[in-house]
Amino acid sequence: MSADENKSNTKKTAGAKERVGVYICHCGSNIAGVVNVGEVSKWAGENLIDQGVVVSRDYKFMCSSLGQELIQKDIKEQGLTRVVVAACSPHLHEKTFRNACKGAGLNPYLCELVSIREQDAWVHTDKVAATEKAKAIVSGGVARVVHHEPLEPLYVPIHPATLIVGGGIAGIQAALEIADAGFPVYLVEREPSIGGHMAQFDKTFPTLDCSACILTPKMVDVGNHPNITMLTYSEVQKVDGYVGNFAVTINKRARYVKTKDCTGCGVCWEKCPKKVIDDKFEAGLGYRKAVYTPFPQAVPKYPVIDDINCTYFVKGTCKACEKFCPTKAIDFTQKDEIITVEVGNIILATGWDLFDARRVTNYGYGRLANVFTSMEFERLSNSAGPTGGNIVLRDGKTTPKSVAIVHCVGSRDKNYNNYCSSICCMQSLKFAHLVHEKTGATVYNFYIDIRTPAKAYDEFYQRLIEEGTLFVRGKVAEVTDAARNPGEEGKLIVQVEDTLIGQQRRIPVDMVILSAGLEPRYDSKAVAKLFGISCSADGWLIERHPKLDPVATMTDGIYIAGCVQGPKDIPASVAQGAAAAARILGKIQQKEIALEPIRATIHEEQCSGCRICNTMCPFTAILFHEDKMVSEVNPALCQGCGTCVTACPAGAISGTGFSNEQILSQIEGLLLLTLDKKKETAVA
Amino acid sequence: MTEETKPFEPVIIGFTCNWCSYRAADMAGIARMKYAPNVRLTRLMCSGRLDPTFVFKAFAGGADAVLISGCHPGDCHYVNQNYKAMRRYHLMKRVLVQMGIEPGRLKLLWASAAEGQIFANEINKFVEEVRALGPLNWNADRRPQIADHVLLSVVNGQPAEAEVKA
Repeated sequence: MSADENKSNTKKTAGAKERVGVYICHCGSNIAGVVNVGEVSKWAGENLIDQGVVVSRDYKFMCSSLGQELIQKDIKEQGLTRVVVAACSPHLHEKTFRNACKGAGLNPYLCELVSIREQDAWVHTDKVAATEKAKAIVSGGVARVVHHEPLEPLYVPIHPATLIVGGGIAGIQAALEIADAGFPVYLVEREPSIGGHMAQFDKTFPTLDCSACILTPKMVDVGNHPNITMLTYSEVQKVDGYVGNFAVTINKRARYVKTKDCTGCGVCWEKCPKKVIDDKFEAGLGYRKAVYTPFPQAVPKYPVIDDINCTYFVKGTCKACEKFCPTKAIDFTQKDEIITVEVGNIILATGWDLFDARRVTNYGYGRLANVFTSMEFERLSNSAGPTGGNIVLRDGKTTPKSVAIVHCVGSRDKNYNNYCSSICCMQSLKFAHLVHEKTGATVYNFYIDIRTPAKAYDEFYQRLIEEGTLFVRGKVAEVTDAARNPGEEGKLIVQVEDTLIGQQRRIPVDMVILSAGLEPRYDSKAVAKLFGISCSADGWLIERHPKLDPVATMTDGIYIAGCVQGPKDIPASVAQGAAAAARILGKIQQKEIALEPIRATIHEEQCSGCRICNTMCPFTAILFHEDKMVSEVNPALCQGCGTCVTACPAGAISGTGFSNEQILSQIEGLLLLTLDKKKETAVA
Repeated sequence: MTEETKPFEPVIIGFTCNWCSYRAADMAGIARMKYAPNVRLTRLMCSGRLDPTFVFKAFAGGADAVLISGCHPGDCHYVNQNYKAMRRYHLMKRVLVQMGIEPGRLKLLWASAAEGQIFANEINKFVEEVRALGPLNWNADRRPQIADHVLLSVVNGQPAEAEVKA
């Protein structure tokens, strides 16, 4: 409880001093369809006079320029000192109306937006009850707004550097945009090389450009850019601070290779005797050595020693790489290094994981040898892959004569993921083309719906039809090796209901490719928590607004790009990377950033120096002055949660924007009608 | 009482944090999920801001029940301030019981920004629970008598259905 609670007793006189304007938005029929806006407006104008209401209006679209002008005109002509807008959620248009007030010379924080759309009209059907609720909400807003104080945002300098987490195509694009504009970038990547999933692909749809050919130059640019500091084989451990001033702790894992001496000549991995199945880059189809770069064009070129498999780390002897290294760059004594970087903004572009096709047991992946995943097929088809680009069966030599491609594996299926992974249709069409071109095999596509909505995508589909790919519409029930007739012997049989002809079909093939969907990274929830942003139930990170703000997040200074936000193809990931970069560049150019003035202040003369608040603060924003024996809030660190305000036993802390007075008055306002009704019944 | 045929419509004051539960309410709205119109929300920056005075003020001002809502434990935008709300919630229940108010009139609900459906469902459930309790009446002669075992369960911090003897 705080001292300013006492003032709420004088609410009536304080309220009458202010001249409040009330504006009820119809939002077309969004609000007006359920809430009787005219009645609410009339009621507020007649019944809230004691609280200071001098104008009450309703208007079709308050957020339109005409609606805003209405408020501005009243501020100027009627001398309004407070404004209440009852419309949509403050998370949508609070800024709009604050700016409108500012434009008319009223401090923007003297405006209160209360929600009668998301929290009333959209969720209720009973029109009478919804209208009563709207009145209560408006009355709460009016009671609150008279206790608002004019506030000024706090300006803090913005650090020009940016941290980008994830070196896939989205992260690469963002890094290049920011670095090219002349500002420093730290690019953190968990793997030994940047490049992400795109580096694994063979061709890209629908143009069939070679993926490596278009990606490698960008990777090289990143590697050579004077403004980009690459931190590969590294992970973010801790994020402190706030927009403009983050301090990020990064763990640089030991590579056991001195990067300043290594030339990337490759002698070490030639001489390394230990072969390891490469289940990351080669999707389990190929091998790498214990000292390796994931692929020949890796950036940076320095290898890493995989200390789980390296013979020296396992048995204590070997060191072949050290012996043969011409520049003596191998260093088995290297330890993980913890570094801290200071940045102003952060982009998360941590990408996606492939759906584990083993989970769909009826498709037999992991049990039937010649069932492949989409990522395995990418590596099979890639001329730099384990088979040199030959599309062959698991035996490594037989070319398939017939191939089935199954769409929507793990996507659009309530047993796995409800969402559409968005890239699998085009990916499957690309596979069909590659199989056709390289092997001449008969190709079947098993699809539920073909989704080809982007530029030149549907043309690619038409092209595939002309090339003679067979399309079967139906969700595959089972892939089996149990033959029912001699024609099926030694084949994989795809059991499917062809919904276009309304018949069950059994189609024998040599090879099955499962077009597995995209899933959030296995640790996306932990990442969301680390960076203090929200994550959907699926695990995709949540953008600030699904349509109008797709790369910002609810946390200022943290942006998302690429598949971390949801499944998307390469052009969309690139666009998001560039978009996030543009947003950040705009912020950096401003050199300082305005922080919301919602924060706590300690009244020195009331502070007893008990230090209860010191330990309450999650941001260690409260300092204790030993000399004066009082605590003080650092306004740049304070995030305005208000816990200390509540905790202070002396009531010495006030919470700007959410003061006790404001909240207690709002409660009173919300209950104004209820109390009146209770009094009536009591009298009766 | 002229409208005895109509069911009792409780008035509930809800406190939500700015980041998770208010956005859950927004989400319920955007998805047009329907729920009972009995709850009026007050937005705080964090459930840790919830001063017990606010809750008592709501009851004193005529609310039949109070809902406190915040981010899930571990998900707080302000690191861990929702735990403070949770502690205060349990303490407030004890105080309410001592004042003769059924503990079932105070509810704590964790809802993330994505849990609009949970938010809507829980409000419906809570409205029904409060409807069963009836109006909060401050007249001394009609003050509800709370059974000993309910009292004990609150003091011991264990949930129990509120039982009211007329």
